[in-house]
Amino acid sequence: MEVGKVLKITNLQKTFNAGTVNAKTALNGLDLEIKDGEFVTVIGGNGAGKSTLLNAIAGVWKPDFGSIEIDGVDVTRMPEYKRAKFLGRVFQDPMKGTSPDMEIAENLAIASRRGEKRRFVRGVKRSDREKYRQLLATLELGLEDRLSTKVGLLSGGQRQAITLLMATMNRPKLLLLDEHTAALDPKTAAKVLELTDQIVEKNHLTTLMITHNMRDAITHGNRLIMMYEGNILIDVSGEEKRNLTVEHLLSLFTQASGGGVVNDRLVLN
Amino acid sequence: MAFLYALPGAIAEGLIWGLMGIGVYISYKILDIADLTVDGSICTGACVCAVLLGSGVPVWVSVLAAFVAGALAGMVTGLLHTALGIPSILAGILTQLMLYSVNLFILGGKSLVAVDPRANALWVHMSDNPSSILAMLILVTVVILCLWQFFYTEIGLTLKSTGDNPDMSRAQGVNVKRNQVVGLAIANAIVALAGAMLAQYKGSANINDGRGAIVIGLAAIFIGLSVSLKIKPNFVVSLIGVLGGGIIYYIVYNLVILMGLKTDYLKMLSAIIVTVFLAVPYLKGEYFTRRKSLRPQDMANGGGEGA
Repeated sequence: MEVGKVLKITNLQKTFNAGTVNAKTALNGLDLEIKDGEFVTVIGGNGAGKSTLLNAIAGVWKPDFGSIEIDGVDVTRMPEYKRAKFLGRVFQDPMKGTSPDMEIAENLAIASRRGEKRRFVRGVKRSDREKYRQLLATLELGLEDRLSTKVGLLSGGQRQAITLLMATMNRPKLLLLDEHTAALDPKTAAKVLELTDQIVEKNHLTTLMITHNMRDAITHGNRLIMMYEGNILIDVSGEEKRNLTVEHLLSLFTQASGGGVVNDRLVLN
Repeated sequence: MAFLYALPGAIAEGLIWGLMGIGVYISYKILDIADLTVDGSICTGACVCAVLLGSGVPVWVSVLAAFVAGALAGMVTGLLHTALGIPSILAGILTQLMLYSVNLFILGGKSLVAVDPRANALWVHMSDNPSSILAMLILVTVVILCLWQFFYTEIGLTLKSTGDNPDMSRAQGVNVKRNQVVGLAIANAIVALAGAMLAQYKGSANINDGRGAIVIGLAAIFIGLSVSLKIKPNFVVSLIGVLGGGIIYYIVYNLVILMGLKTDYLKMLSAIIVTVFLAVPYLKGEYFTRRKSLRPQDMANGGGEGA
């Protein structure tokens, strides 16, 4: 693989409940390459295969066919926890990315050793607390004074912001965001998206962000892909992406899918 | 008056079962696994200790051997669960059944092996409750200090997160399966340690020791945490609470015996105590919060609260 490619997916296929009447082809021979520094937004209707794609990259399950390389390493058969050294992940469910019964500092401490050997030394040292305080201050949510608070006592938005920190504090090769603002109220969602942009910008992170919201997909990132029936239908970047509008994207979709129907939730957003 | 005579014994035995409760706390509360191995592994601890003592092995070696045997039993359950994909409850039941045969083998086919308190300088024995209590206090202090240190290391933190949120743990590169095996090994090692102390205290190991132990362990946890969580919800206070729960359980146990309850019915009593503690939070949630959730201020915060 050439230098500068962070992700290379070749002919990825996944069918759920194969061989039954409920068989559902979620990924249908998908190819995708992502270059270093790209911020890709992924859009598509329900069942288009967006989350399936992200879970395949993260290693939640093994694909039926095809291969996935991250940073030049073939990870197709690598278990989820081992791939974590390449990946930062933020989930749709704000409860999923943090450990509720543990303190904020302890959560950050676990994240700070992602991809490194964990040792028999104190998990949260005094020097760490100062580091975490500064890191939390960048969120501007007042969490820097609550290092010893159990994460379960925080709101969904606060937890998602902490998950974002945890996903990025050990610079990941690829940041995976799975509709990470979909479960938040509009104001909190906007704040978390703003934080996402800041963090991605500051750390020059290569990012793959799934969203249900067309406008978010257009305003964020520097490349947009639209998925349909388990494959990539539209892939725009650079100047074309910057000039994209919702109307234009919809007409592109209708053309490319041969008159496919965009699902309601997409249009309404 | 009879109760006061029984009190030192209740405290000594309560400390032993409280120690076992600490083992159950690790599997049930930290790993979030209802591990039924303990009914077998506490007996294994007792059998290993009694048989080794009987063949003249020093007490500390016998106790250490029981500890290791318990760890192995926990590993078996862990591997059945993680490597073979057997649901954790069933994995525990299978190991428990295996251990019955193993324990019979250790006891050489007999159902009871006696420990001679005169031949061995036992750490604890029912004939001397004050020094038994002292020995148990030293032992549990060492165990709690070790666990406290361990669970706050980088590795220990991932053990906590493994039970608390396996998705997050995997996403942060934690080997959840390995942690479950390690955690179950630690839990059952402590349970077997309690078994070793029990064999010394009673002066024998019986193949039926430990039947229903999981329920006593859970009772100690529920009784203990209902108090300790109100004081300070941290790890060490919780462990001390579980220990206290074990003591309270045994004091109540002795009280009801003195009140004339037949010992045949004591298992029913243990089960009822645990049932009540399990049911109360559920019933509270089911019948006493519905109206509250309709308050407008709660609707406005809907979805914002943690799990």
